[in-house]
Formats: sequence, C-alpha cells, structure tokens
Amino acid sequence: MKKASILMIFGPLFLLGLYIFPLWNIMLGAPQYPDPLGLNIHINGLKGVNEFDIQNIDGLNHYIGMHTLPKAEDMWEFSTFPMVIGIMVALGVLIGLLGYFNKVNYKWFLGWFVLMSIMGILGMYDFNEWLVDYGTNLDPNAIMKLTNPDGTAMTYKPPLLGHVKMLNFDVTSMPASGGWLMFVGMMLTLAAGFLGWKKTKKQ
Amino acid sequence: MKINNHLIVTIGSALMLVSCGQQNQSSNGALSSSAAEKVYVAPGEQDEFYAFLSGGYSGNLTVYGLPSGRMFKEIPVFSQFPTSGYGYSEETVPMLNTSHGFVPWDDLHHPDISQTNGELDGRWIFVNGNNTPRIARVDLSTFETAEIIEVPNSAGNHSSSFITENTEYVVAGTRFAVPVPQRDMSISEYKGNFKGALTFISVDPEHGHMAIKFQLLMPGFNYDLSHPGRGKSHGWFFFTTYNTEEANTLLEVNASQNDKDFIAAINWKKIEEYVNNGGGTKMPANYAHNVYDEHSHTGTSTMRKEVLTVDPTKVPGAVYFLPTPKSPHGCDVDPSGEYIIGNGKLSADLTVHSFDKMIAAIEGEKFDGEAYGIPILKFEDVLAGQVKSGGLGPLHTEFDGKGNAYTTFFISSEVVKWKLGTWEVIDRKPTYYSVGHLMIPGGNSRKPFGQYVVAMNKITKDRYLPTGPEMEHSAQIYDISGDKMELIYDFPTHGEPHYAAGCPAELLAPKSQKIYRLDENQHPYAVTTADGSKVVRDGKEVHVYMSTIRSHFTPDNIEGIKVGDKVYFHITNHEQDFDVPHGFSILGQNSSELLVMPGQTKTSVWEPKQVGVWPFYCTDFCSALHQEMQGYVRVSPANSNIELKWSLGE
Repeated sequence: MKKASILMIFGPLFLLGLYIFPLWNIMLGAPQYPDPLGLNIHINGLKGVNEFDIQNIDGLNHYIGMHTLPKAEDMWEFSTFPMVIGIMVALGVLIGLLGYFNKVNYKWFLGWFVLMSIMGILGMYDFNEWLVDYGTNLDPNAIMKLTNPDGTAMTYKPPLLGHVKMLNFDVTSMPASGGWLMFVGMMLTLAAGFLGWKKTKKQ
Repeated sequence: MKINNHLIVTIGSALMLVSCGQQNQSSNGALSSSAAEKVYVAPGEQDEFYAFLSGGYSGNLTVYGLPSGRMFKEIPVFSQFPTSGYGYSEETVPMLNTSHGFVPWDDLHHPDISQTNGELDGRWIFVNGNNTPRIARVDLSTFETAEIIEVPNSAGNHSSSFITENTEYVVAGTRFAVPVPQRDMSISEYKGNFKGALTFISVDPEHGHMAIKFQLLMPGFNYDLSHPGRGKSHGWFFFTTYNTEEANTLLEVNASQNDKDFIAAINWKKIEEYVNNGGGTKMPANYAHNVYDEHSHTGTSTMRKEVLTVDPTKVPGAVYFLPTPKSPHGCDVDPSGEYIIGNGKLSADLTVHSFDKMIAAIEGEKFDGEAYGIPILKFEDVLAGQVKSGGLGPLHTEFDGKGNAYTTFFISSEVVKWKLGTWEVIDRKPTYYSVGHLMIPGGNSRKPFGQYVVAMNKITKDRYLPTGPEMEHSAQIYDISGDKMELIYDFPTHGEPHYAAGCPAELLAPKSQKIYRLDENQHPYAVTTADGSKVVRDGKEVHVYMSTIRSHFTPDNIEGIKVGDKVYFHITNHEQDFDVPHGFSILGQNSSELLVMPGQTKTSVWEPKQVGVWPFYCTDFCSALHQEMQGYVRVSPANSNIELKWSLGE
C-alpha cells in the first residue's frame, strides 16, 4: 500500500503544471501564415502562442463576423478552474497521505480519479459549448457571409480535438503540455488505485 | 524484340551524343554536379548567403541571396525612394541633409559589414556616398538606414567605407584632393596646396553611432581604395594612391606618368594615441550628422561645427609610403594580415607587399627619400612578390581563406585565381564583361567563406534580352570550392555595383526584425490606441493623427480642410503581424506615397490647391478588403468656415 500511496501523493501534483502550461492548444495555419497563428488555452485565460497571435486571430475573424476572443475576466471558467484544480490537488495529496498511514484504502484513490474524470468531462463539455458559441454566434453585419453548398450559413466552430479545414485555414486542436501532465498525473492515481486493489486482493 | 533492340540502340546513341556534348563543354569531368543544381534554390528553400551589392549611382544598397542571385530588397540610403517614402516623408527628409542642403542622391560604393576580432558580426553594414562625401550605417536587424554622417574636407569619398577589425573605425578617404579648408583659389595651384583628407570615424560599440575622431591631412594625391590591416597588422590601414603627379587636368594622361605611385600605410593606433593625448588641430567645419531613431521612427539632423585635423608629419612613425607600380586601384589585405596587394590597374602584374618586411624596413630606417615629409620605403625592401598574371588591368582581390587569392582584370575581363606566397596562377575564368569588383562572403576579413565568388561587371552587352541602349549590369557567380573555378550563374544587378559584402544567412536571418512594436512607438504624432485618432488645427497647419488596420483608415472622412492649408498625415500602422504594411497616398500629393510597416508611424505633407472632395487610399494590397481601404478629405475655399470634423463609420 506504501507504493500505491506514494503514487497517489505524486499523481495529483502533476496537475500543478496547469498553472504554468496550457491545457489545450489550437493552431491555425494557412498559405499566408507559414508560421501558424496559435491559441494556448490555460486554466486561467487565453494566450497567443506568439505575442500578437490573439490580436491577429481577432483581426482575421472580424471578416467573418466572429466575436473577439474572451479576456480572462469575460468568462467565469477562468477564475473557477484554478480553484477547482487547487482543491483537487490538495484533496488528492491528502488522500495519498492518509493512504500512506493506512487511514484510507485504495477505493479513495479510485474515487478521486473518478471525481477528477467527471470534472474533466464536464470541463470538456463546457469548453465545447464555448467553441460552438464562438464559431456560430456571428455578427449579422459580418463583412463576409459565406454559405455551405446546401445553402445554410457557414459557421466556424474549431474542433474540440483533431484537425478541420476551415476556409483557407487548417485548424488543429490538441491537448497541450499542461493537459498531458494532467493526463499523466491522473494515470498515476489510477495506477495507485490498481496497485492498492492488487495488494488488498493478495492479503 | 526487334523493337526493343531498336530502342536500345537509339537510347545508346542518344547517350553517346549527350556525353560527347558534355565533354566538349566541361573539363571538370563527369562527376561534377551541374551548374543548375548548384544555384538552384528550390521554391520555399532559402539561400546560403546574404550578399549586399552596392547600387552605385542608384544611391541605394541591394540585398541578394547566394547562390540563387535573387534580389530580396533595395535599401534606400542616399537616394529618395518613392516606394517607401524614404527621403520624402517628414521623418526621413533629415537623413539626406548636408552642409549643401538637402541632397537627394548619391553614388553608393563600398559596403562593409561590421566585424569583431576580424570576423563578420552582422550588426551593421557601412556604405559610402562618393559624390557629396557621406558615410551611412545600415542596421542589419531592420535592414534600414540608421545613420548618415557627412565627411568635411573630402571630395570623391572613394577609399571608403572600410572598417577596422573590431569596428573601432569606419574609414573614409578622399579621391579628389581639394583645398582644406575650401577656399577661392586658382585650380592650377593644386600642386602642393590641395590636401587629401583621410577621415577616421569612430563607431560606438553599443549603438553604432558614428563620430569623426580625426582627419589626417595627407598630400594632395588621389586616395583610391583602402583596407585595414588585420591580425598582426591590426592597427594599420592601407590606402592606394594615384595621381602622385598632382595633375589637375587631363588626368588620364597626366596622372599616369609616374612608374610608381604609393600605397600609404597609416598606423592609426599611433595617431589615435596622439590625439588622445591632446594632439591635432581643431578646425572649424560644417557637416551634417543624421541619426534615425527606431523608436520615434524619426531622423534628426545636427550640424557639427568642428573637426580635429592631424598633420601626418607631426606624428613620427605614423605614415609611410610604399612604392607601388602603375596607378594602383584596389588595396587588399589577406586574411593573415601579412600581404598587402596593390592592383596596378595600368599593368599586367600585381604587386604584393609584405607587412613583416615593411616593419623591418621601417625599423631599419631604409628610406628612399620622402614626399611632403613622409618617408618613402624602398620598393625592393617591402616587396613580397609579384603575380605575373598574364591578364590586363587588375582591379580588386579577394581571398578564400584557403591560401588563395582571386583578382579581377578589367581590361582582359577575367577572374584569376592565384596562390599566396608562391604567386603562381592556378586558374582563370572569363567574365562578361569588364569586371570591376568581386566578392567572396567574408573575403576581406580574417575568416572568408570560400564557397562562391561574385564578379560584378561594368559592361553587359549581349548577356540578356536587349532593353534598348540602357540596361542593368551583369554579375557572375563562380563556385570556388574546387581547384578550378566554375561559372555557375549569371544575373543582372541594379544600379552599378561597386563592391559588395556577403555573410552566411544564419548570421542575419534569425535576428531580422518582423515588426516594430506599437507599444514602443515614441513618435510624437503616433496614434497608439484604437480610439486615439484625431485632427488638430494649428493656424494653417492641420495634423491628422491617423491609424490603419485591415482594412480601414481611422478616420476615413475629414471635413474642414481649406485651400492653403498644410496638412500633415501622420499614419500609424496598428498591425502587429509580420509582413502587413499599409500604404497611404492622396490625390495631388506633391511627394511620394508612404509605406508604413506594422507598428511604425510615417508622415506625408499635403497642400491642397483645389476645392473639392479628394480621395486617399491604401497603396499596399493588404487584405481581401484592400480595395475598400479608402477615404475622403473635403477641401473648402480658404475663406470658408466649415467646422473641422472627422469620423469613421458614421
């Protein structure tokens, strides 16, 4: 149980990376942007991959009537997410320590993992909602109002995950370093749960 | 089966034809890759080297890639340039100020890239204006002219703008001796009275700012070209001279009478020490010093009123003459600093002096008389060797860093490769035609990059499709990586290149600036916020604080301007995206357009002479809505009382 608990203590600490590194990344490349424009999604706000990328993405998007990218204070998520992550890290480390001193069993480890997974899924759902709004809630006086071949108005929702071709842009959306750290950390807690379970079964 | 045999025979004979053809054309054997492969830089790929070719009488500096020969940019330096508004915009007009007033043109000759420890460091490139003597410094992160200093007491600023090996000084020499100070006197009294000033301009190691440290007032010969000592000869500077006859008319004959002219060897360290200890004479002067500030995007011109002059005879041991045959032109120093090459342009041979021998001769005080109090060393005592080239009219020499030198021959139209030390000729290749300068990247530094040599020719004739009597000059690129030179490309150049400087691409490309930061814009009339635009009247002057972003001007409607007003359009480009300039032009503008880079502010003056509604527009196809990037100015009669107002989107 000691080994499992140590994993459980260290696993949640990987989530601290989210305070420094971006959770998600969206890159926009086009023929005239050989160095693609990029958007890093941090838990506390949006940042350009290069210094002026947000300004330049907004500048391009105004042609098709997209709203400007939100500032940190424009969305509740950017103040709530850091708190949630902080609480979850503290909780996870606490569970790990209690496990180390045999106060709780592996089920708590798995419980933390499940709770974190649910929050993650909710977070993704919320993120997707924003992407839908960002890509479809267009200015009716947009300079360019484009239609799909079937006659419906074209919208510009970036993909949640993966690559989409949008007009002249190749848009790629992927987890970024902070997101990967979170993934590794969560896998460690899952492993902690698994090790704990195996140990219990042996006894 | 029969058909197949027939095919094989046909292909076989075709191959034989091809290989015969190759044998006829190339002596380098079947293994050498084709010239096309060597110069081909595939779409999307980039060149190995930057080459900065002087524009000569265009007054500008051109930037090329090697080995492709593609031109990337024309940098305006001494000439007005309507493409960008250089020399027309209020900010850049001061850059062309001189003691003779606004001089919108010059003859740009000899680019030299800044060095540290004798190796190219790629901070700045210096160029000289030959006609109205000036030295300019071009910044190699913005590729724009950053500073121009006028050189007083000089004329025909030709043995310029060469730098010492730590860029301590950029040196400017006088080709046409003149009275110093200038005065009203008979031309026929030239001999013994005119002077040739050699000017040492110090370069601030941090900012590159130039200031005249001292002027050495030499006898009135023609100081034609120069190069610094390097390595062991660091601290010396060498100038070729012609017209040591001091003729003032029909020089082509009268200045060609002496069998030998001189290379003047100047121990500038000694003179520096002399002036640092209070030596020299301050002389009243009047010359312009123009500095462009990258943050205020504005040039300012200051008139300097004094220059420190040095009489060479007052500094013993500082100046010597090395006899050199036949009106030498180019003066080149090899990478080790030992050999000083005098390219005697009326001769078939090259004269190579030895630095070590020169020092020994000086120490042994073996003089062969003097000229105006300056000791003349014995030719035989300083001579290292002579290159019996078989060519005619040697002009300039560069080095490959592998012990070889390459000399251009104007009259016989060729580049000759020879070996330093043995003086044997290794190879020769024709040029097309009448080559002047040649350039190997770093070829006049301690560390040449001996991959290519570029020969810059004076005569083009039949090299390209004819374009009437006037055409661009031609240049050739030779691969010099092997024993024999190989002509691999031929391309037209802009203006008349006199010398060039090259460096590896990686020295400059990573630091080439993409934008100017708007948050660092300190232009007094800049608009740095989206809502900062305004129009302000001050008597008959109207200042329009205008901003641009894809794809509109703010403001784009202006009323209340009157005939007789002087309207200053201060345009700030709000883009912070690489390669998104906006242009500005207005109907009836008596100057040029402005091309404003991201984050930059430029100003154009417009003096409307007719009542009406006059459009302005963006001249750079900036975006899909570029055609919509336009606006109007209403001009009312001088006595009207239309209120000044401006708007966007109302």
